[in-house]
Amino acid sequence: MNFDLSDEQKLLQESARRFLARHCEMPRVRELMETETAVDESLWKAAADQGWPGMTLPEADGGLGLGLMELAVIFEEIGRACAPGPFLSTLWAATLIAESRDNAEPIELLGQLASGSTRATVALLESDASWDLAHVAQETVAGDDDFRMNGRKTCVMDAGSADHLVVASRLHGDLVLCVVPTKADGVTVTPTPGIDLTRRLCQVDFENVTVDRGAVLARGDRARDALARSMSVGAVAACADLVGGMDRVLETSVEYVKTRKQFGQLIGSFQAVQHQCSDMLLMLESSRSATYFAAWAASPAHGPAGDRDPDCDRAVSIAKAYCSDAGREVGNRAIQVHGGIGFTWEYDLHLYYRRAKASELMFGDATFHREVVAHLVMD
Amino acid sequence: MDLKLSASDEAFRDEFRAWLRANLPEPWTDPLTDEDARRRHTKYLREWQRTLYGGGWAGITWPREYGGRGASVIESAIYQEELALADTPPQVGTIGQGLVGPTIIAVGTEAQKKQFPSRILSGEHIWCQGFSEPNAGSDVAGLATRAVLDGDAFVVNGQKIWTSGAQISDWCMLLVRTDPDVPKHKGITSLLVDMKSEGIEVRPIRQMSSDSGFNEIFFTDVRVPRENVLGEINTGWRTAIATLMNERSNLGTGAYIGFKRNFDALVERARSVVRGGVPVARDPIARQKCAQACVELEVFRHNMNRTLSRVATGGVPGPEGSILKLYWSEMNQRISRTAMEVLGDVAQLTDEDDGRWVYNFLRSRGNTIEAGTSEIQRNIIAQRVLGLPRSY
Repeated sequence: MNFDLSDEQKLLQESARRFLARHCEMPRVRELMETETAVDESLWKAAADQGWPGMTLPEADGGLGLGLMELAVIFEEIGRACAPGPFLSTLWAATLIAESRDNAEPIELLGQLASGSTRATVALLESDASWDLAHVAQETVAGDDDFRMNGRKTCVMDAGSADHLVVASRLHGDLVLCVVPTKADGVTVTPTPGIDLTRRLCQVDFENVTVDRGAVLARGDRARDALARSMSVGAVAACADLVGGMDRVLETSVEYVKTRKQFGQLIGSFQAVQHQCSDMLLMLESSRSATYFAAWAASPAHGPAGDRDPDCDRAVSIAKAYCSDAGREVGNRAIQVHGGIGFTWEYDLHLYYRRAKASELMFGDATFHREVVAHLVMD
Repeated sequence: MDLKLSASDEAFRDEFRAWLRANLPEPWTDPLTDEDARRRHTKYLREWQRTLYGGGWAGITWPREYGGRGASVIESAIYQEELALADTPPQVGTIGQGLVGPTIIAVGTEAQKKQFPSRILSGEHIWCQGFSEPNAGSDVAGLATRAVLDGDAFVVNGQKIWTSGAQISDWCMLLVRTDPDVPKHKGITSLLVDMKSEGIEVRPIRQMSSDSGFNEIFFTDVRVPRENVLGEINTGWRTAIATLMNERSNLGTGAYIGFKRNFDALVERARSVVRGGVPVARDPIARQKCAQACVELEVFRHNMNRTLSRVATGGVPGPEGSILKLYWSEMNQRISRTAMEVLGDVAQLTDEDDGRWVYNFLRSRGNTIEAGTSEIQRNIIAQRVLGLPRSY
């Protein structure tokens, strides 16, 4: 048994950290968050040159063929840097497309996504904002040669900078996944500013949008399994993003309390402050343990691919439930030990605090995942 | 990263599991309400310890020359897990095996190493640890029990408290003040004391959970031969720290199984308790609470395995052990509270499920105090892991 990162994974971690320190320092993050899409084309291009958009896609699709542990390592660094951009949304869409196919044929769109030349996102949530796939209600209607789509999707990640949407809807009551270009007639993307300034959400309206038969990725059980699988991968990435953020937030706090003096003493020598920091470390390391375990359990190597594995689902839901609460709470403690400076716009803590709140909600919050766990262990 | 057991670890597990199946004694069922029952129970526990020793399954992490099998950290974790899975009787030699024995092997004289370790493993000697005093709890170094050299023996006077198992112990690893005129850490000596010595009185302390695990020990002119000094005179603090680090880094693989058993019992019970015509296990609020307990429990297991694997790949157990202690002690309180909340008013009845829910709720209250309070654990994490400055 070895819970530690391998030497290759440690190298990957170091190179990702160096890369983001070079391309995505905090002043740059602040510039980007003032833009409409928070996307830095030069950062995206540089990341694409490293293969990040297709990191977990098979090599036949132009990806790097990395596993979920490597994905966790990279997303931890992305979270640590509070890096803006459509990393998570593209990963989710690419994973969903790859998981949807019923053969091993390479898909052209995946190649484009892997190279970074094209971006995609997933349109799932509707007005009830439920992550339960049973609640997808948007209707797609069959015509003679094609399909028509109407409805509204909410909280769609990075739709304003994506070229394609993978849309989940219902066809004759069955789940169906279709690829729709964001520029298609009848598609309207409206930015909906949110708490997270580094990753953007949009509302997407569909008005009599024509969908070619060839744009249907999967229907019924295959669509549901592909969505569930891609959401597990997305949840692991969101957990890793949270872990990276907590790591940086704790580091900032410890640096601060080691230099800030009150009553003639370093505030870090006060037990009331020390105990906040100790609790932050406990929550950070527990989140990391849970995330690494989930990444390991959800790796295809540890279960028959394609089958829904309850142990994997449980590990992912446990990680997402724990990290979602911990990310917010570590942020609370960090701002508290900083005092007034931690509450200012100029200080970076709130950027992490905001991002953690968004990550908490993504792919289901703690309450959602506790119900998944309850179902697996109590029913 | 690979979380599967290696082939040799699996073989180790299978060997021990088979041995346990063949050697497990009948479970003890008599209530421990009178002196005679308690005496028979201690004898039962000693016999179990001797059985383990006879099979080569006592003190497995000890070097072979002292009767152990030089087991690795991972093997030790597997061992604890298997003991818990088989629901074996508690090991009466825990303090001797886990704390005193390794310390004697590390710093003891040849004569001590010959006299004590094998008797610890065989169950002949049960040990206790005389550290805390009424005025030296978290600040153990402030202890006041005095030992004065008189010819070939130390004469000990003073009082210890919170001493687990003293009422059944044969020997005590005792911290005493041998030099009151130097800074507190520098005047402490560790003595190996025969509990049958003249002048020792043990008084059990009844806990709020109604059982008596702890004791007070009173020492009045107790003579301890000079050759029973463990380590050097006035270096007892260093010896104690080595012992305490063993205690805090007790990584809790067996504890996980115990907590898991309680959680499974809670889920089972929640299915059978019906409220308003619906099993409690279907109630959305109860489900949230139980799932949170499951989340915390499984994350504890991941933390434990991660720490284990770090120790196994070269590290000695360090202050990270404090994170585990802090985590499980507070978790166990929350889970015990959850059980009573979910099961409702019947859970407060001591006849319900043999009083399990009441006992867990009350006993877990002590978890954040024993073996270093949560406040001390947080201080250790802040100062020794995060590098924050000390203020006391």
